[in-house]
Parts: sequence; C-alpha cells; structure tokens
Amino acid sequence: MSFDWLFLLEISLAGIGTGGLYALTGLCFVLIYKATRVVNLAIGEMLMIGAYVFFAFAVGMALPTWLAILGALVAGGLLGAVVERTMIRPMLGESPISVFMVTVGLASILVGLVELVWGANPQRLPEFMPQDPVMIGEAFIASKVFYGFVVAALLVAAVLLVFRFWRGGVALRATASDQAAAYSMGINVPRVFSLSWTFAGALAAIAGIVVGAIGGISSTMGVFGLSVLVVVIFGGLDSVLGALIGGLFIGLVEAWAGAYLGGEYELLVTFILLVLILMVRPYGLFGTAEIERL
Amino acid sequence: MRIGTAPQTYAADHALLDTRTQWAWLAALGLALLAFPFMVDEYWLYLACLVAINVASATGLNILTGYTGLVSLGQAAFMGLGAYTVAALEARFGTPALLNLVAAGVVAMAGGAIVGIPSLRVKGLYLAIATIAASFIAHFVFANWTAVTGGTAGLSVPPARLFGLALDTSFRIYWLIVPLTVLMVAGAANLFRTKIGRAFIAIRDRDISADVLGIPLLRYKLLSFGLSSFYAGVAGGLWAYFFRVVTPESFPLLMSIFFLAAIIVGGMGTILGGILGAVFMTMVPELLKLIVGWLPFDNAAVVLSPVRTMVFGALIVGFLIFEPHGLAEIWRRVRRFFHLYPFRT
Repeated sequence: MSFDWLFLLEISLAGIGTGGLYALTGLCFVLIYKATRVVNLAIGEMLMIGAYVFFAFAVGMALPTWLAILGALVAGGLLGAVVERTMIRPMLGESPISVFMVTVGLASILVGLVELVWGANPQRLPEFMPQDPVMIGEAFIASKVFYGFVVAALLVAAVLLVFRFWRGGVALRATASDQAAAYSMGINVPRVFSLSWTFAGALAAIAGIVVGAIGGISSTMGVFGLSVLVVVIFGGLDSVLGALIGGLFIGLVEAWAGAYLGGEYELLVTFILLVLILMVRPYGLFGTAEIERL
Repeated sequence: MRIGTAPQTYAADHALLDTRTQWAWLAALGLALLAFPFMVDEYWLYLACLVAINVASATGLNILTGYTGLVSLGQAAFMGLGAYTVAALEARFGTPALLNLVAAGVVAMAGGAIVGIPSLRVKGLYLAIATIAASFIAHFVFANWTAVTGGTAGLSVPPARLFGLALDTSFRIYWLIVPLTVLMVAGAANLFRTKIGRAFIAIRDRDISADVLGIPLLRYKLLSFGLSSFYAGVAGGLWAYFFRVVTPESFPLLMSIFFLAAIIVGGMGTILGGILGAVFMTMVPELLKLIVGWLPFDNAAVVLSPVRTMVFGALIVGFLIFEPHGLAEIWRRVRRFFHLYPFRT
C-alpha cells in the first residue's frame, strides 16, 4: 500500500486551519502576558464567553450576524477590562502563582456563569460562513476550517500592524520591555494593563465565535485553552512570533496524531510535547530566557 | 491571657502543643471523632469520610506546595495512581487492605518522584503546567491500559477487609479512614520539626540560599514530591475503598484544582490550613445544596451545579485577593484576640 499523500495533505491543511485559531488565541495570551506578566489560564473560558454572547445576540435576539459579532467583541472587551480591574489589579506584586490561581478561579466562575445562563447542553451557532467546500489543488478542506483560518490570519495581521504603528501598541510594547522606563516616559502603565486585557478579551471573543462555529459551543469548550497553553509554552510566553509558529505547529501535530494514532492521542501527544519542551527549553522556542532555573 | 508557656528546654520550645489546655482540647476533639459515628446518620458519616480523605490529600499537597513551594496541579492524578493500585491489588490478589494502602502510597510516591524530575529544571508556573501535562498523561494511561485499569469502564473494588470484617458501610469504613487521616496529619505536623521538614521550608523561602547552606536540592525536592504523592496515593486508596469503583473520570484536573484551592483557602504552609481548607471546601457544596433548597426556585436542582462551580471559583479569587493566608490566618487572629484579651480590646 502506498502512502496516501493526499490524505496527509488534507489532514495537514485541517491542522493548519485549527493552528490558525491556536495562533490567534495564543496571541491574546501573549498580549496579556507581555503587558502584565499574568499567565491567564482562563483564556479558553474568555473564548467561550465570546461565543455564547454571540449566540445570545444572533439566536436569542435574532440580530444580524455582523451586529452580533460586534456585540460579542464589545462584551469580550468589557469582560477583559472588568476582570483586569477587579481581579488582576488588586493582585499586582503578588507571586505569579497567586495570580495564576486567580485566573483558574476566574475560569471556574465563567464556566458556572455560562451553565447558569445558557444551560450545560451544547449548542450550535447559526451558519454565517459560506458553505461550499474549498479545494486546494486536489485536497478538500471543510469550508468552516478554511474561512476560520482566513479570519484568524486577517486578525493576526491586523493586530500585528496595530501594535507596530498605533500609539497604544507602541505604549504596550514599551511597557512590556520595561515598566519603570515606560512609566517615566509618561506612558500610563495602568492604562496599558487595562488596554491589553480589553484587547485580548475582544480578540478572544472573535476567536471564540470562529471556534464555536466550527465545533459548536458548550460549557467545556474552555479545554481549547489548555492546547493554547501548550502553544504559548512551546513558542515562548512573551513571544508573538512564537505564538504564531507554535499555534500552527501544535495544530499540525494534533491533526496528525488524531489522524494516524486515533482521536484519544491528540491531547496525549500535545502534552508529551509540552513535557519535552519544559525539560529541554522551558522558556520556549522564541521566549526570553529569563526563567529562574534551579 | 496565655500564661505558663515559657519553654525551659529546646524540646519544649519545639513541642507541637505547649499547654495543658491545648492537650485538653485535642483530647476533646479525639473523643468527638470517636463519638461522631454513633450520633449521626448515614449522610453525615458519608460526608465525614469524604472530608477525611480530602484532608489527607490536601495535607499531602500542603507539604509540597505550602511548605516546599513547588506548585502542583497533579494531586488528583497521584490519587488516581493510588486508587488504581488498591483496586487492582484488591480485585486480583485480595491482599490485606492496609498493605494495599501502603502499596498505593508507594506507587504514587514513585509516580510523584518521576513527575518531580522536571522540578529540577523548572519551577513556579512552568512546574504547575508540567504537572497539568503529567495528569493528562496519567488520565490517558488509566483510560487506555485496559489490561490493568479496565479501560474507560474502570474497576470495581471489593470492600476492604480488616480483621475479617468487611468494611462495606460508611459507619465501618469510618474506622479505617479517620484514624489513618489522623495519623497522616500528625505525621505531617511532626515532619516540620525534623531536619527534612526544615529543609523543605528553607527551599521554599529561598532555594539558592538553601543550596548554599548545604541542602541537596535534587534530593529534597524529589523527596517532597514523593512524600506529597504518598499522601495522595493513600488518600486515593481510601477513596477507592470508599466509593468502591474507580474510573479514569474519577480524578479530573478539576480535582487537582480543588486541592490547590483547598490549601489556598485554608492557608498554605500550615497544617491547620490544610485541614480547615479541605473541610471548608468539601462542606461548601453541601451548604449550597441546603441554601438552594430553601430558595423558592422550582428548578433548584438545575441551578445548583453552576452555582457550585461559580462559588468554587469565587472562593479561590476572593481568598487570594482578600485573605491570602487563608482560614488559618483568621483562626490565628481570633486566638490572638483571646490571648491579648484584657489588654488589647
């Protein structure tokens, strides 16, 4: 039996499609980490909230899709801002582990909130992306995965441009490289903290809508965040480039593991990879090597 | 006011309890634990056993996280190791219960030492994430090593037998679980009067200084992981005897978060904190059940589970922000008030 190259290609394309979403979510994560040094384990749950708010607007209130997306965007941003103000700001200067645990608690609160408001049963988002399958050469990709990847790629590009040229983006990068210096240059560092969480929340909401459109939404879709955690560890917590490459790579690896070993191996392979990275290069491929080692 | 507590010797200075009053209170607590099963119904016995198991496991995690400063989100996986060891030994070989429990501890200890290896290279958050990975890998093994673990269907566990008596009710197994938990907690309390425990604390406070002072970090970090996992393993073994069925889904990541939350809420780095936290976190869902039951909702049962999840998260966040040293600190404040009573009001 010859090796089925077409199958490999299709699997790889699907993997890259998922990888695009990982990259986008990883970007939210890195954004928060760079600005505030908070490892946000609740990123998957923030995604979920975005998807559910979209669901509420689009199905519950029957708003047009674009308005529902806008609503989810605003809600995600608000959520980020509120969380930063009420939970993260008071923890300033505490040990990173405490702040990490705060986000673990936040994840639990968000899951409870979703189950309370929308119930624990999975829901389907309305179809809003083109339906016809996409062919690249001979390979077939599900249209949702393809358009999801396109959306993710566009957003990532937009974010990169914004942080290159917009004043707020420059302020954020300055804060990331040296808080005290940034502050003494007149940058309002606390506002940068708020900004990064707001921005990440809004981005996560969009990512959540796309993830939800592909796989449906449920109160357990926060598990997506665990894969994203692997992505950012792989790429380096404070590296945008790392999140992008890591996202695509982990997406590919998961797709291959799922196709050739079986679905239950997806997470296993991801986490074994995670352990290996932590043993060999704990600060990730592109991260700053500042971790205390002992 | 507290009087008569001027220690004359080094040993007296390091005693766990230094006044007669404290011994009296402890005796009272012991008597209460002895009398408890005769005075309450099945439901409270069930809760008492569950609380005792959680206290044992939380105390174990406290050794690792509270005293050695190594954060682990793998406690549930180690409990799983212990539970599966007990289940497999009991179902296949029918070895004595106490031996199985020790075996459970030892197997979990070995697992903990392996998971602890990354702690030599990474710490803090990275270590926490490595233990998340370890618990997923353990879950995979539980679910897929069908020959030993029974796959996703899991294993059912025959009741523990002690002195020819089958411990098949909450009343009977109480006499196995609670004494073991008391023994383990007392062991942990005494551990921190010894060289090993002091080494753990030194590593937590500043590992580089500890290294300079001649504490071999490698050995003591692995030892801390091992001890903590031993506690988790025994607790998991008790869990298996108590619930009598073990499946891969019995020990989710959420359970590890539960234990970490318990020692945060209780107070990290104090024995009392581990106990208070585990009791509190186990009782809160029951309390919520009561409260939601009183509320005039017709769909109370539907609301309960999400409310529980939310309260669980809110407790973690609230304690970290407002009372980072946990319930043990509140307890200390209350005590100090009485110690200083007539002078400071």
